[in-house]
Amino acid sequence: MENFYLGVSIFMCLLVLLCLYRVLYGPTIIDRIVGVGAIGTKTLLVLVLMGFIYDRIEMFLDISIVYAILNFIGTLAAAKYFEGRGEI
Amino acid sequence: MEIVKAISIGMIVIGCFFFTTGTIGLLRFPDFYSRMHATGKGDTLAVLISLTGLSIYHFAHHGAILDSLKILLIAVFMFLANPTATHAIARAAFRCGVKPWTREGTK
Repeated sequence: MENFYLGVSIFMCLLVLLCLYRVLYGPTIIDRIVGVGAIGTKTLLVLVLMGFIYDRIEMFLDISIVYAILNFIGTLAAAKYFEGRGEI
Repeated sequence: MEIVKAISIGMIVIGCFFFTTGTIGLLRFPDFYSRMHATGKGDTLAVLISLTGLSIYHFAHHGAILDSLKILLIAVFMFLANPTATHAIARAAFRCGVKPWTREGTK
């Protein structure tokens, strides 16, 4: 079962590399924010799978909860900043 | 026990499928709003499905009820947080004057 989790997390990392294209070449800044958000969601799954691979479920679950919250707050902060600035 | 393993593997594979569709949507769509629409929905559903698959397997295999509930907590949190973040960034973009893509090209 661990090999399956390892395969899935490697596949997730490949998807993260694809999302990196949007982060690097995104025409506008907010495309980059959406790309980073997508990468954050995938990293969340990789974190939980790492917990299953290394058999330290509790530690990695707490890390992924914090990561999900921080990713959410980061996107909200960027949105609030751009609303205040009024132009992209 | 084998059925539970098959179910959880199936759910994780379906989750991976929706992750790929979200990523393809992020790369291929012509406009900011459609890209965000793809990742907002695709990734949320993918996280939801694969995390429930993981928690089912963890509960059946180790019988640890608290950890499985914690995995479901992450899934429910992502189910609430991701659309909110997508809405916030979409409203910010709309108020900053980002025009949605139209067939004749952005006016």
